[in-house]
Amino acid sequence: MMKYSYVINKDDYINAGKVSSQIKKILKELNVRPDILRRMAIACYEAEINMIIHSFGGEITLVIDNKAEFIFKDIGPGIKDITLAMKPGYSTANERARELGFGAGMGLVNIKKVSDEFNIESSTKGTILTLRFDLL
Amino acid sequence: MILRDILRVLNANHIYIDDQTILDRDFICVSVTDLMSDALAMVCSAGEHTFLLTGLVNAQSIRTAEMLDINTIIYVRDKVPQQDDLNVGIELKMNLFTTSLSMYEASGLLYESGLKTATR
Ligand SMILES: Nc1ncnc2c1ncn2[C@@H]1O[C@H](COP(=O)(O)OP(=O)(O)OP(=O)(O)O)[C@@H](O)[C@H]1O
Ligand SMILES: [Mg+2]
Repeated sequence: MMKYSYVINKDDYINAGKVSSQIKKILKELNVRPDILRRMAIACYEAEINMIIHSFGGEITLVIDNKAEFIFKDIGPGIKDITLAMKPGYSTANERARELGFGAGMGLVNIKKVSDEFNIESSTKGTILTLRFDLL
Repeated sequence: MILRDILRVLNANHIYIDDQTILDRDFICVSVTDLMSDALAMVCSAGEHTFLLTGLVNAQSIRTAEMLDINTIIYVRDKVPQQDDLNVGIELKMNLFTTSLSMYEASGLLYESGLKTATR
């Protein structure tokens, strides 16, 4: 089993996407099948950006054995209405995030679409997004 | 359609070319958007035969392309990334071009040329 952890900081627009880029390189070196790798990269990037632009910061953990599991855990402020947040087009992204090309309200929809298992839990204490990918 | 011909149709200029052979590569799909999550909803499986047409000129356009295994980006309205953002593109071995056309004009010409949409 392999485990990787990365700290993500709130509003760290300069480094946005760097962790996903590193994770993508690791997965490539582990010879993850290209189509699975692509889906994992998309989900990881969307979730990393969400932590930067919507949360107070947190941590990304990736655990790989015969499958891959991502845990995106932040320290708040949480998502009030998850059903609403999952709706295509719903976004509370601020001006800065929109300038960077985010705020379409499609991130969670994309993540759900590309992952094999998707689970999201949220309270004012934070959001935990868990994703699983079959590796075969 | 090979990139060389696409660049001619769009009257596009080079910003940075990592790999000259890209000019002779065949491109099938194009992702046209300023919204990164729309680009990330890509359905075209062949990243190496897909390019991004966008007006979003910051580093996130480059990072988004990276996630999709796309290494060719054409910016509209003569936009060029600022040096810091350009450095990200160079590091990630991107091929970057710019056209004076608007997104609408460029899309129309690409559509007429038979390019398919990469996102749906
Ligand atoms: N980690 C998070 N913490 C708090 N709120 C979040 C978090 N992730 C998502 N949200 C909320 O859910 C909404 C929808 O998220 P989603 O990723 O689908 O869209 P977006 O980030 O607004 O835009 P896009 O991802 O298309 O650029 C966000 O606008 C935000 O209100
Ligand atoms: Mg998002």
